[in-house]
Amino acid sequence: MDLSYGAEYESFRAQVRDFIAKHKADAPRGGGLRDTKTLAWQRMLIEHGYAARTIPKEYGGYGAKPDILEARIIAEEFAAARVSPGLGGQGISMLVPTLLELGSEEQKKQFIAPTLRGEMVWCQGYSEPNAGSDLASLRTKAVLDGDDWVVNGQKIWTSTAQYADWIFCLVRTEPDAPKHQGISFLLFSMKTPGIEVRPLVTMTGDATFNEVFFTDVRVPKQQIVGKRGEGWFVANSILRHERGSLGDPNATLTRFNALVELMKQETVDGRRLIDDPVLRDRLMRIQGRVMALRANDLRLLSARVNNQNALLAGMIVKLEGTELRHDLEGLAIDVLGEIGTLYGDTPYLKEGGSWQAQYMFFLGLIIGGGTSQIQKNIISERGLGLPKEPKFDKRQEA
Amino acid sequence: MEFGLSSDQQMLKESVDKFLADRASLAHARDYAANKIERDDALRGGLAELGVCGLVIDEAHGGVGLSLVDAALVSESLGYAIATAPFVASSVMAPLALMRGGTDALRQSWLPKVAAGEAVIGAAVSELAGGARERAAVQAIGGKLSGRALFAFDAPADAYLVATEAAHLYLVVAGAKGFTEVPLTTIDKTRPVRELVFDGTPAEYLPGSDDGELLEMVLDAGRVMLAADTLGAAQNMLDQAVAYAKEREQFNRKIGSFQAVKHLCAEMAAGLEPCRAMVWYAAFALDALPGEAHLHACHTKAHLTEVGKFVAKTATEVHGGMGFTDLLGLHYWFKRIGLNRQLLGSPERLREEAARAQSLVA
Ligand SMILES: Cc1cc2nc3c(=O)[nH]c(=O)nc-3n(C[C@H](O)[C@H](O)[C@H](O)COP(=O)(O)OP(=O)(O)OC[C@H]3O[C@@H](n4cnc5c(N)ncnc54)[C@H](O)[C@@H]3O)c2cc1C
Repeated sequence: MDLSYGAEYESFRAQVRDFIAKHKADAPRGGGLRDTKTLAWQRMLIEHGYAARTIPKEYGGYGAKPDILEARIIAEEFAAARVSPGLGGQGISMLVPTLLELGSEEQKKQFIAPTLRGEMVWCQGYSEPNAGSDLASLRTKAVLDGDDWVVNGQKIWTSTAQYADWIFCLVRTEPDAPKHQGISFLLFSMKTPGIEVRPLVTMTGDATFNEVFFTDVRVPKQQIVGKRGEGWFVANSILRHERGSLGDPNATLTRFNALVELMKQETVDGRRLIDDPVLRDRLMRIQGRVMALRANDLRLLSARVNNQNALLAGMIVKLEGTELRHDLEGLAIDVLGEIGTLYGDTPYLKEGGSWQAQYMFFLGLIIGGGTSQIQKNIISERGLGLPKEPKFDKRQEA
Repeated sequence: MEFGLSSDQQMLKESVDKFLADRASLAHARDYAANKIERDDALRGGLAELGVCGLVIDEAHGGVGLSLVDAALVSESLGYAIATAPFVASSVMAPLALMRGGTDALRQSWLPKVAAGEAVIGAAVSELAGGARERAAVQAIGGKLSGRALFAFDAPADAYLVATEAAHLYLVVAGAKGFTEVPLTTIDKTRPVRELVFDGTPAEYLPGSDDGELLEMVLDAGRVMLAADTLGAAQNMLDQAVAYAKEREQFNRKIGSFQAVKHLCAEMAAGLEPCRAMVWYAAFALDALPGEAHLHACHTKAHLTEVGKFVAKTATEVHGGMGFTDLLGLHYWFKRIGLNRQLLGSPERLREEAARAQSLVA
C-alpha cells in the first residue's frame, strides 16, 4: 500500500495550487449559471486544463491524456481552497461523456464545445408521470414525418428545464417493439415551438424541477444519438456516469467538518453542544461512517488507477453516500433543536439555513437517480447474484 | 498510489483461507467447544507452518516480518473461519509490545517460540482498554504484580502481557509464583478468556512502556485486528445468508426473489463492503501514518462492531427458524462478533476515545 501520489504528481499539485493562488480573485462566489464572471472563469479553467481536462481539443476541451490522479488532485485542491471548480450540471457531467462515446462526429462538433463553456445549458428529459423507477415504460412518443421527428407527451421532475437551452430526451419511436428496444435518444432546443415548461416547487421551497409538455415538437431527424431503438443503451451509458457522482464522500467530509465547528460554537444551557456526550456520540458515529466511505473511495480510486475490479465497492456508493449525507445534515438539525427548524429570512438562522436545505435536498437525491430501493435491487441482483423479481407484465418484456 | 492488496497479499490470504477451509470447519469448532480442548495445538501448528504465528515478528526472531495490513488480512480469515487459534494477542499485540518496548532478553526468549507455534502469549489489558469492572486492577510494587485482570484473551497461554493501572506493560509467565487463572465462560466458544489473579507475582517489565504510548499502540493494533476478525465473521454470515436465499423456497419461489429478503442482503453488503477498505486503512495507518493511527483504530473497531452486529442479526433472520438453531451453527459467528464487540473497548467508549483524540472532549 502506498497512499502517496509520487513526486511527479506532487509537482502537478504545486502547479494547481499556484494557479489557484494567482487567480482565486476571479473565481465566482455563488451567482447564476449565466453570469459573465461564471462564464469567464469556466473559459479560463478550460484553457489551463482544470476543467474539461481530458476532452479532445477539437471539441473544445484541453486535450490532456486521462489521468485519474491528476483529476483527483485538481478536485482536492479546488475543494481545499473553496474555489469554484467550474461548471457541472447534466450537460457537462452526463451528456458530454455520452456524446464522446456514442455521438456522431457532427454532434460532437456542434454540442460539446458550447456545453463545456457553459453557453449551452442542458436538462435531462427521462422521467414521466408513469415512468420513474420503471423508466423503460416511458410513453412520450416521436413519429418520423419527413425529415423531422414529431414529439408528443410529457416529462416530469426535469431539473433545470426552466433555464435550459437544450434537452436530451428519451422518447418511444418503436411502439411495437419490446419496451427496452423501442426507445430513442433525441437532442433538441428548448426554444422549439410546442414546448411548455411548468416549474414544480419542491419541499425545499425552490422550484428546482419542472413538468415539461411536448405538443407536436419538430426535431430534425439527425438529432438522434445512436440509432432508432437504441436509446435505452445510450441512456444507460449516461446513468453509469451519474451514479458514480452522487453521494461523494469527500463532499460529505467537508460538511462533517462544518458540523464539528457548529457543535463547538453553538451552546445549549450555556454549554457547548460538543460537550454533550450524547450528541458527541452521534457525531462520532457519523464520522465512523464518513471514514468508511472515504476508505472505500480510496479503494475505488486505486482500483481505477491500477485497472482492478471492485464491483461491489462501487455499487454501494450512491445508496450509502446519499443516506449518510442526509443523516449528517439531520444531525446538525437535531443538535440545534428548535433553532434547527428555522428556515428562510428569520432571526437566529444558522449558515443561511443550509442544514435544513441540504437535509431536504439529499432526501431528493436518495430518490433521484435511482431510489435507494432500486439501488438495493441492483446490489442484490447484480452484486450478490440473487434471483430477479418475477415479472408480471409479460406482454411488454424483451 | 496503491490502496489495494498486492499479489503477495492476495496469495497470503488465499493460502490461509485454504488451510482454514480444510482444517477449521464448523465441525471443528463444535468439537473444540464440546471437548473443551482449549489449546488447539494442531491448528496452531499448521498456522505456524504458514507463517501466521510469527507474521509480524521480525526475521531475526524467527518471524516473517510482514506488515499490520497483512496481519489484518489473516485476522479477517480467522474470523471468517471461526478459527479456534490464538492470534490477536499472541501474534500481534504481544510481539509488537516486545519488539518495540521489550528487553533483548525477553525478545530472545519469547519471539522465536511464538513464531514457531511453540508458545502462546495472551493479553490481560481489558481494564485499560475498556474500563475496569468488578473492581479489577493490577498494581506493580517492586517489580511484582498484585491484583486481578479480567478477560485475558488468547488464553490459556504460556505467558501474558499485562497492563497495570499505571499503563505500564509487564510479561508474566503462567505458573509463576502467586499466579492463578480462572476460566470465564462467554458466549463465544471459539476463543477462551480468563481472569488472572496476581499475588506478589514476579513479572518482567517492558521498559518501552514507560510513557503509555506503547500501550496505546498495542491496544490500537489489537482493536484493528478484532475489527478485521469481525469483518471476516460478518462476511461469512452474509455469504451463508445469500447462499441460503438462493436455495430455500417458499410460496413456490426462492426466498431470495422476495424483495424483503433481497433488500436485507443488499443492506448487509452495502454496510460491510466499505468496512473492508476501512480496516485496510486503519492497519496501514498503524504502520505508516502514526498521526492518524489512534483515531482510525478507534473508529474502525467501533464502526465494524456496529455493522457486524447488524449483519449478525440480519443474516440469522434470513435463515428463518433454521438460523436460530444449533443445527446450522450460525450462532458461532454471531457470538464471535458479540465478543469482539466488547473486547478492547465498546463502541461507545471507542467513539469517546476518538472524540478525545481530536480534542473534542473538554
Ligand atoms: C431532486 C430530483 C431531481 C430529479 N431530476 C430529474 C431530471 O433532471 N430528469 C429526470 O428525468 N428525472 C429526474 N428525477 C426523477 C427521478 O429519477 C425519479 O423520481 C426516480 O427515478 C423515481 O421515480 P418516481 O419518482 O416515479 O418514483 P416511483 O418509481 O413511483 O417510486 C415510488 C416508490 O416505489 C419504489 N419502487 C418503485 N419500483 C420499485 C421496485 N422495482 N422495487 C422496489 N421499490 C420500487 C421506489 O423506491 C419509491 O420508494 C429527479 C428526481 C428528484 C427527486
